[in-house]
Amino acid sequence: MFSLSKILEAIGSSVLLFLRSFTYLPSITRQFPRFMDQCYIMGYTTLPLVAILSFFIGSVLALQIGYSFQGVSFNQYIGSIVGLAMVREMGPVMTSIMVAGRIGSAITAELASMKVYNEVDALKTMNIPPERILVLPRLLAIILVMPVLAITAITVGWLGGALVAQNVSFIDLDHEIYFRVLKKFVTIDAIMDGLCKAEIFGIAVVTVCCNIGLRTHGGPREIGNAVTKGVVTSIILILFLNYFITKALL
Amino acid sequence: MTNNRNIGQAISVNVVDLSKSFGSEKVLKNINFNVTPGEIFVIMGPSGAGKSIMLKHIIGLLRPDTGKVLLNEMDVIERKTVEQNVIAMVFQEGALFNSLNVFDNLALYLREHRRYNKNNIRTKVTHALEMLSLGNAIDKFPPELSGGMRKRVAIARALVMEPQLLLYDEPTSELDPTMGATISEIIATVRNETQVTSIVVSHDRDLALTISDRVALMMAGEIIEINTPENLTKSKDPRVQSFLNPKINIDQPRFRQKEENK
Repeated sequence: MFSLSKILEAIGSSVLLFLRSFTYLPSITRQFPRFMDQCYIMGYTTLPLVAILSFFIGSVLALQIGYSFQGVSFNQYIGSIVGLAMVREMGPVMTSIMVAGRIGSAITAELASMKVYNEVDALKTMNIPPERILVLPRLLAIILVMPVLAITAITVGWLGGALVAQNVSFIDLDHEIYFRVLKKFVTIDAIMDGLCKAEIFGIAVVTVCCNIGLRTHGGPREIGNAVTKGVVTSIILILFLNYFITKALL
Repeated sequence: MTNNRNIGQAISVNVVDLSKSFGSEKVLKNINFNVTPGEIFVIMGPSGAGKSIMLKHIIGLLRPDTGKVLLNEMDVIERKTVEQNVIAMVFQEGALFNSLNVFDNLALYLREHRRYNKNNIRTKVTHALEMLSLGNAIDKFPPELSGGMRKRVAIARALVMEPQLLLYDEPTSELDPTMGATISEIIATVRNETQVTSIVVSHDRDLALTISDRVALMMAGEIIEINTPENLTKSKDPRVQSFLNPKINIDQPRFRQKEENK
């Protein structure tokens, strides 16, 4: 089922799809309405979900740290731990997983049904490469939108942590101390590393999901399978890339 | 890219020694035929004979194992062939873009290839829709259309491309007899008015014998006869006669005979 040749073929076809799509960059003016549509779908409609997710991740992080270090007078460092965790790991990774679940699944489902119902073939017969009209606008949109989503996730996560740190009785940390310590430990480099990660994960999710969608054959069951495959592959890829990118950036 | 196109000039099609297999199953076996510019060429045959696969080879969606398809003496698998010749295909289910309305479905090709400015695109699209009595469907989305309307929109979408070669995959399937006849009339009218080379895959006997210049009969991946409609009906080949004039025999049904032969 998971033969090496299939995995290598999937990686190779995804890389080729990514490269082929960017050969159509000069035609971006014709794709501008599609690019704007995708920015709206990927950015505006995903932003509230990312904010809710990050708020609670930041809150729970502060809660767990505060609870674990009760009586050790470690509370003043909650800001630094929540800050760094959100910037380096939780922000980019959780945002990307959210993007895989929400955007990746939608992309795979749309392209897979277009493939199954011959719409992709119809494009080819019109001498309109699917990479130009279907993949490129999505890739450019995620490149633009992903840093915005990641910054939102990080900021809201910090605020969630601050709210909990100030209002939970056994932590009782003033928000000014929380943010002063956070500011001391979270450097611009750390933020850039986090955004860099988020950007790579976002591109990987969109490329993989487009590739799986465009390689779907069969009927409704195969469309469903493709969506599952797209989301699962994206999440595994995010976790896999996260380890190696983190190691490279440290 | 679009400047080199020979817009308006119908093209010839030559299929040379074409074979194709999927796994161990041979679906096309050494196919040879040619279609002259402006001709209506119908490929008939029972379901599963390989007709639609043949059509996908002609438009370059599939690559043959052996042999080739030449459009105006240029191999269809070469990129410049598709860039220099305008080929359109009407898919069996229409293959309309479900996320676009009828107007945008028709305008997509013209916009993407920058064939006309905004006003001319609207004029061209409106004209094509009115020609096929679809003027009131311009703002509708494909799921809101009936089967016959979808087929006509698919034909209109092909027409706005001003193709030199127009392929139809089962244009009258799943339609009532009147709508089937209407689609046949449209195919003949389009050819008469634009001189486009037309290849129609169908098992509609009325369509094939009424509007075609020549008919190829395909069975089990092979072409068993190519002839004019008049001569095809006079063919002595029992397979041709059995296909063209099937007799319903409830005492000895065919599916039982096939089971017994196994």
